[in-house]
Amino acid sequence: MSDALLSADSATRRFGDFVAVDSVSLEVRAGEVVGLLGANGAGKTTLIRMILGLLPASEGSVALFGAEPSREARARLGYVPQGLGLWHDLTVAENLAFVGDVYGATIEVPDALAGLSTRPVGGIGLGRQRQVAFAAALGHSPELLVLDEPTSGVDPLSRARLWDAIHEAADSGVGVLVTTHYMQEAQQCDRLVLMSQGREVAAGGEADIVGDTRTIAVRTDRWQDAFEALDAAGVMTMLAGTHVRAVDATEAQVRAALGDIPAQLESTSATLEEAMVARERAA
Amino acid sequence: MTWGVSHLSVRYGDVAALTDVSVDVVAGEVVALVGGDGAGKTTLLRAMTRTVPASGGEVRAPGVAEIGFMPTQAGVWRELTVDENIAFVASAQGVKGADLAQRRAELLEATGLTQATDRLAGALSGGMRQKLAFSLAMLHRPPLLLLDEPSTGVDPVSRVDLWRMIAQAAADGAAIAMATTYLDEADRASNVVVLDAGEVLLAGTPARVLESMPGRVLSSPTRGPGSFTWRRGHSYREWVAEDPPAGVARAADLEDAVVGAALAKEAASV
Repeated sequence: MSDALLSADSATRRFGDFVAVDSVSLEVRAGEVVGLLGANGAGKTTLIRMILGLLPASEGSVALFGAEPSREARARLGYVPQGLGLWHDLTVAENLAFVGDVYGATIEVPDALAGLSTRPVGGIGLGRQRQVAFAAALGHSPELLVLDEPTSGVDPLSRARLWDAIHEAADSGVGVLVTTHYMQEAQQCDRLVLMSQGREVAAGGEADIVGDTRTIAVRTDRWQDAFEALDAAGVMTMLAGTHVRAVDATEAQVRAALGDIPAQLESTSATLEEAMVARERAA
Repeated sequence: MTWGVSHLSVRYGDVAALTDVSVDVVAGEVVALVGGDGAGKTTLLRAMTRTVPASGGEVRAPGVAEIGFMPTQAGVWRELTVDENIAFVASAQGVKGADLAQRRAELLEATGLTQATDRLAGALSGGMRQKLAFSLAMLHRPPLLLLDEPSTGVDPVSRVDLWRMIAQAAADGAAIAMATTYLDEADRASNVVVLDAGEVLLAGTPARVLESMPGRVLSSPTRGPGSFTWRRGHSYREWVAEDPPAGVARAADLEDAVVGAALAKEAASV
């Protein structure tokens, strides 16, 4: 018997003939930050809806706190959707009071937001709105947090502060599930699960997701020519300032594509993003 | 050709939206404008199209006919099909005949929309729609491309396609300025300008940005004693005002450098 706060066991969800989530198994334990990665259509949102109890599994099972997702179980988790779920016409304090009432809790306005408590949420910056949404989600002391792209649109310092709050919650024993398609957020997680076309295709740390995907850094004074030559040869290219990265390609392929363009090649480990896209393309 | 702004200031009533901002947008290169919501990225791009008046400084940009502008989360007509979107922009920009046919084929191939020309733009995925919006902005091959958060909300696979199109436009000689909230994208640009509350926090090549942060960022497995600390994965970071010893980097990467510079600014304002 697992002590996971959240577990999916070969969870599958079909819509007619379409398999949105295909036999995915996943666990989030107390104190752990798990990142859920994948392109659009990978099945992340459907899986989250199953976890929240909004969609039953067609096969397999999903458990929240060891039981089928229910209203009681949902009251023990905090959810921050991408759209934040705040009322723009209500003030910061009113938003928190309203959410508190729903859960039977009193949610104090955090110190960092004290100066803004009487301002309508629609009139404060997005970074601050995210802090309010966090305070709302954490206000009833949930045991599990589900965050959908938690720091989309905020500046790096606000992002660092939001992640401080996430880590702090995890340190106090809260389990956290984060969906993201930004690699800097993925690197904040303890463990990652990569989904593609409904399936789990890789799991573990960053190194496990990257696997043995290599990228060749192509340094040349003629990066524009190099880029066009590699692109024409069907090599997956990424721009990196004034050089080009050839993802998941061999040195021979790169040399052949470059022809007489002089270039220095250096084989490096792929970045998380490069490896993820290379896997998606191969699928 | 180098476009850009010099010592630009923009005010909205009493609010300073931009203060003394200088940015070069160089042909064949991408400059990334990095900052959160409200940093001034959109105002800067709008000032370059001259739809927002400058209260000081200089704007160096061609006329609107030679600018491709991609607004944030828009730039396509959702109730028109892919083909109708292209036809509409082509007629507005005076692209026609064989040139239009060639341009249309190129852009449809790059976006992967060749089989979807009859689809309503509103029915496309977010990534597809952004790629279409980029195609429309550059349909007339403008020498200056201004992109407002083209990749926000776009998944990694579409983002790679989008970057491929951006790199292609730069390779063809366009000068490109793109706003983004993400620093991993700034690494793809030749130059980076980090905006914070309407001011330039850091600017230059990614390497130069690392060198120009005041003080240094320390990394350790435990939380430091100062108030300027933050978590990053399993380790802690701390910004301190002292310079590092010779030969030691001020920060490990752009993310640390930008957070450090923002904290340095806070420290200076207290």
